[in-house]
Amino acid sequence: MLNSLLSPNTQWVLLSTLILGMAAGMIGCLAYWKRQSLMSDALSHAALPGVVIAFALTGSKNLLVMILGAAASALIGAWMIQWIRTSSRIKEDTAMGMILSVFFGLGIMLLTIVNRTAGGNQSGLDNFIFGQAASMVRKDVFTMLILAVLVILVVSIGFKEWKLFLFDPDFARGLGMNSRLMNTLYMGVLVLVIVIGIQAVGVILMAAMLIIPAVSARYWTQSFKMMVILSAIFGGGAGFVGTLVSTMGKGWPTGPFIVVASSVLFTISLVFGAEKGLLIQALQLRSQKKQHVDVGSQAVISSRISERGSNQ
Amino acid sequence: MSKQSITRYQEVVNKMSVLSVQDLNASYRKNKVLHNVSFSVEQGSLTSIVGPNGAGKSTLLKVMLELHPKLSGNVSFFGSSLSKTKTRVGYVPQRGSVDWDFPTDALDVVMMGLYGQVGWLKRPNKSHKEKAMASLDQMGMADFADRQISQLSGGQQQRVFLARALVQDADLYFMDEPLAGVDAATERAIMTTLKDLKTAGKTVMVVHHDLQTVEDYFDHVLLLNRTVIAHGKTEDVFTKDQVYRAYGGSLRWMKEA
Repeated sequence: MLNSLLSPNTQWVLLSTLILGMAAGMIGCLAYWKRQSLMSDALSHAALPGVVIAFALTGSKNLLVMILGAAASALIGAWMIQWIRTSSRIKEDTAMGMILSVFFGLGIMLLTIVNRTAGGNQSGLDNFIFGQAASMVRKDVFTMLILAVLVILVVSIGFKEWKLFLFDPDFARGLGMNSRLMNTLYMGVLVLVIVIGIQAVGVILMAAMLIIPAVSARYWTQSFKMMVILSAIFGGGAGFVGTLVSTMGKGWPTGPFIVVASSVLFTISLVFGAEKGLLIQALQLRSQKKQHVDVGSQAVISSRISERGSNQ
Repeated sequence: MSKQSITRYQEVVNKMSVLSVQDLNASYRKNKVLHNVSFSVEQGSLTSIVGPNGAGKSTLLKVMLELHPKLSGNVSFFGSSLSKTKTRVGYVPQRGSVDWDFPTDALDVVMMGLYGQVGWLKRPNKSHKEKAMASLDQMGMADFADRQISQLSGGQQQRVFLARALVQDADLYFMDEPLAGVDAATERAIMTTLKDLKTAGKTVMVVHHDLQTVEDYFDHVLLLNRTVIAHGKTEDVFTKDQVYRAYGGSLRWMKEA
């Protein structure tokens, strides 16, 4: 294990999943308050056909090209969800369910075809399903790192604008905020974080990197800023630990380990969370009950005293 | 013309055209909710928009503020377009339109009203914070500044919304049912604030649901039922006949004249 830690490639991979986890955690908070957690799942599944088509067209496993393919396909998915929702009676959650499964099915089908053709087997395209961070080369790591830092910057610089946009979009528009720009930017960073994440985590589990850190952070704080910071820490931590564990065995997929790591964080938050954790709630209820009983018994005593007083 | 007379002239023009709406049409999904709505509002008036459920009261506000698309018609603010006068127009949405579980405190929500003045991508400074505190104080909410908004009562939440609008220091305010479901103390606080705004020469339009208080609270009434039934001074417009016309058969209660 120490050996693998010392290898410079592993260090870069660890750094990139750490930063990716932070970026995903931050964007996850935006998606959480836009009530679009499921949207991130639909978009990551919708990215798969784009990845495969980009590979089939160029014949090379260039990460940037694949990211472009993934982004195009995820955006088409997003647009179709929007289109189904507005032009039919089908509700958004149903539309997302449809797009998610149709695109993923299409992706797997294309993947099978590409894998059958010569060279396909060596392409490592399967890694896009469950993720294989250890297989990334230095150039991929740099691409991922730069894009993740970009996403973090977009959220940090416009922090107060994001808060207003998420809390009260109508009021934001009244103040002159360009809501179309904000929506586009939001969709842009969401898709970006998904497509850079899928090589490390895979399309199936990418949504977990967005959703789990955000909901875990919600249990600890009542400030939006702290929620975003904590979510970034949780996401980064889970990304780091999950990747570290997955490098210990040959061919271990990264995505599942990251998800397990963040689920541990979630369970801890659910029970011990300072704001809405189960334990703190139980303790509060107990102390309130005790107080209630104390006040109640005092009232009984005092009423008895006064009764006695009036009897005499 | 002398400089003074120009200013006088300007004042007269302003008084005439704080808000002017001409032949506004809008639909919501497949239903047409606003049909040829035309009216104009003079400066310093306190107008209640009154009408039955589904009359298009909230939609009218949203269409005027360009939050909902219009089919046709024209809306002008201070003789100009909304985009040029945005800082002079304040909006208090319905309390139920936001998620009060959002992790933030009362002061922070009021600060949002200053974002236009602070400037995009810039950080608010101490004087902005003081302004927001003063506004909270005006609504009797100073003690709740760092209280979580999820822990405020409905009336307190409404007062936070009002404070956020006040801090904008606009000249024309639109408020969507600020008095719906609030406690008596909040209702008093809000009405005092509205009267103060009027005294300061501001113009306020309020979507209002309680017919019993219209006469006491507002000097102008806009009776709306998809189109303007009547508009003018409360004593002229808010008559039994007119209100019956606006509400059709759906009016159960009406104060005896």
